[in-house]
Parts: sequence; structure tokens; C-alpha cells
Amino acid sequence: MLGEKIKYKAIVIGASAGGLLALSTLLEIIPSNYAIPIIIVQHRSKEPRGLLEEILQSKCNVKIKQVDEKEKIENGIVYIAPPDYHLLIENDFTFSLSVDEPIRFSRPSIDVLFESAATAYKGNLIGIILTGTNNDGMLGIQSIAANNGLTIVQEPEEARFPTMPLAAIHTKKVKHILTLAEIQTFLLEINTD
Amino acid sequence: MNFENKELKDLLESIRYVYGYDFTDYAEASVRRRILHFMAYKKIEALDEFGKMIVRDEKLFEEFIQVVSVTVTEMFRDPSFYKSLRENVMKRLATYPFIKIWVAGCATGEEVYSIAILLKEEGILNRSVIYATDINQKSLQIAKEGVYAVENMKSHTANYQKAGGIESFSDYYKAKYNSVMFDKSLKQNIVFSPHNLAVDKSFNEFQFIICRNVLIYFNQQLQNKVINLFYESLCTFGFLGLGSKESLLFSEKRKKFEETDRKEKIFIKTE
Repeated sequence: MLGEKIKYKAIVIGASAGGLLALSTLLEIIPSNYAIPIIIVQHRSKEPRGLLEEILQSKCNVKIKQVDEKEKIENGIVYIAPPDYHLLIENDFTFSLSVDEPIRFSRPSIDVLFESAATAYKGNLIGIILTGTNNDGMLGIQSIAANNGLTIVQEPEEARFPTMPLAAIHTKKVKHILTLAEIQTFLLEINTD
Repeated sequence: MNFENKELKDLLESIRYVYGYDFTDYAEASVRRRILHFMAYKKIEALDEFGKMIVRDEKLFEEFIQVVSVTVTEMFRDPSFYKSLRENVMKRLATYPFIKIWVAGCATGEEVYSIAILLKEEGILNRSVIYATDINQKSLQIAKEGVYAVENMKSHTANYQKAGGIESFSDYYKAKYNSVMFDKSLKQNIVFSPHNLAVDKSFNEFQFIICRNVLIYFNQQLQNKVINLFYESLCTFGFLGLGSKESLLFSEKRKKFEETDRKEKIFIKTE
């Protein structure tokens, strides 16, 4: 067991280039009655609007859902940030969206999701950074660590594009560097606690 | 650096009291983010320090307002929305002798010019008036000038075409150095004016109100209040166009609208 005995309440995942394959690898093992919500920012083009969700759903048992504005976050659902909006989590555990300017050319931005999630979930949050070609997520990982959440990054050698994992590791706020297979095991372990 | 909900609420309450700008019913996560951003930019470290400064220093507040209420959009954002306007709304608007349209929360104006282009292509721009309003005066000024960066025009043109545009998009603007300026003929029927949806009242009756990606910044109560304001400001069978992720879900008036295009969030006031 990698994490300490903490009751985790949510997982946030950030992925960019190469993310689709990494995400489907992680999510296909998640059971449909998973104990907590998984909330994902995948950098994506503006359209088509629901293609990413459809592809992931075709491979997964767990429910995959593009976030709706003001939606209440529920356990056992994988939420995906809609294209061309930032996704934020309110302290009452509902979602909100914004069209504030893109950050490092990205909207949705991983940092925006992670920072707001850290504020809402404090130490009960797990943040995971996967493959990507930029450094989005660096600030978010630091926020999660500062709030005593658990930070995990995909092993850069395994990642299709290592830049984003390396940028996160560079902050020195990453607790575990794991392969996708190890992250899978971890995700299932915390589900049995 | 972060702060608790209570501290945030207190700050927004004192801003409301001193300046009359009401952010207390805004969705908190975005407001919190923007305040932290502004404080970092101003090198202010603690929220209570910021709170004391902002109620005393009107200049700082003006700057704060410009920074915290900026949103970024594009021409023909969500082309399928504009395509649906062409197909489902423009012909109906054309039946009115005089057409009044409100673009509420127009930001830097890209969507205002998009609407003006649709009206022009429908042949009804000359008997239309578009009221374009925003809380942010700086954004309004940009909207009024109608000058945009040339590097965005490629994607704007692509959006225009995806929205069913068949004219030559470059006929609508003149390029100069690194900017483009939209044609005067588009601008002459647009009235730009400040309006604060959280506190200001209805000011006219419209056949069409467009308010896209503004409600997402408000909590449910304020969304309800603003939809009421739109309801009062629409004529019967007037249209309401919202952003692609927005809905009438939190509005007590939702039964008084029907969906003209469910997917594109275009509604018609039916009673």
C-alpha cells in the first residue's frame, strides 16, 4: 500500500499528448462501483464535443461523463472536463466551468482543476500527472502537496511524452513515480480500504 | 497561499458595500482564483491586507475590476450554435419590422460582430439594433473598437465557414499591420454600454437575447435571478441563446421556455 491510511475522497488526473491511451489503460480496470470520483483534464481539441468520452466509455465499465455546469460530484463516476472550458471544483463539491483565458495555451488547464480540487478536498485528494508535452500540472501538483494530498506521476521513461511528468517531478513535490501498471494496482488497492 | 470561504465572503461583502459591485453570488472557485492571481500580480501576500487596501484605494479597485471580470472568447465560438441561429432564429427575427437584440456579457465583442454578420447576411441588419453590454469597461472599449489580432483570423474564418458562412470572410474587415478592424457597416447598429447583470435592471424589450458563458460564473441563485431578468426583457416568442454547457435547470422560469435547439441551448419564451 503506497498511501498512508487516509480516506481519499477524490482523484484528479491530468494528461496531455498521448493521454488517451494512458487514460484508457488506467480506467479500463476501474469497476463500475468505484468508491470515489475520478476527475480528469485531458488537453483536447475543441471538437467533436463528446468523442473522447465515447472512446473511453467503449473501453470501460465505469461510467464516463463529460462534466455539466454546477453538477454535484458523485462517487463511482469518471468526469471529463469539456473542451474549451476550465474545470473547477467548488468547496461544496460541485463543478463549475470558466472561460478565463487559456493557461499555457491550455483550456481546460490541469493546474486550474488541481488547484481548485486541492482547496476543496485538502488532504483527501490524489493527483496524478500522465504523459504530455508541456508543463501544465506543475502548479497543481504543488498545491495538492501543500494541502497534504497525495501526488503521483507516471514514470517518464514509460510515458509516451515525458515532458509533463518530468516537469511535475522537477517541483520535488511528487510522492510516487509509478508505471501505469503500478498506478492501476494502487487505484484498486485504495478501493478496497 | 489560500484562504477560507468566510474570508472570501467578507471581502466580497465589503466590496459590495463600498463600490456596489456584487460578486457575492458568483461561483466561488473562479473568483478565488482570480483574486489570488491579482494579489500575486500586485505582490500582496495576505487577504486581509488586500481587503483593507481595496476598500480604501479606488484606483486599485478599478484595476481589480478590469482584471477579475475578463473572459476570453472568439468569433463564431461553437460554429454549430451560429449555424442553428441561421436555420432556426434568423427567419423568425426577419418577420419583425424592427429587431432588438441584447448580447449580455459581450466581453471583447467577438460574438457581437458574429451576430451582426449573420443579420447582415440575412438582409436585416439595417433594421436591427444590437445592445452589447458588459460589466468590464476595458473589454467594452475593445469591443467598440472592433480591432482584433490578425493571428486569430484564421480560426475565426474557419469558424465562420463551419457556421454556414458562404461569403468571403475577409470582406468584413480590413487588415492593417498585425490587426484587423471590422467594417463600419457592421458597427453602425451596435450600441455598446456597461451593464452589470448581478445588480442592474431590464432596460428594453428584445426579440433575442444572447448570453453565452456568463451564467457559468454565477451560483444557482444568481443564475435564477438573471434568467428572470432575461424573461422580463424578452417579448413573447423571443429567443434566448446560452453557452453550450449552460441550461435553464436552476431557473424558476424554465417551464415558460421551450427548446428551439436542445443541443445548442437556444430557447424560445412561450408564455
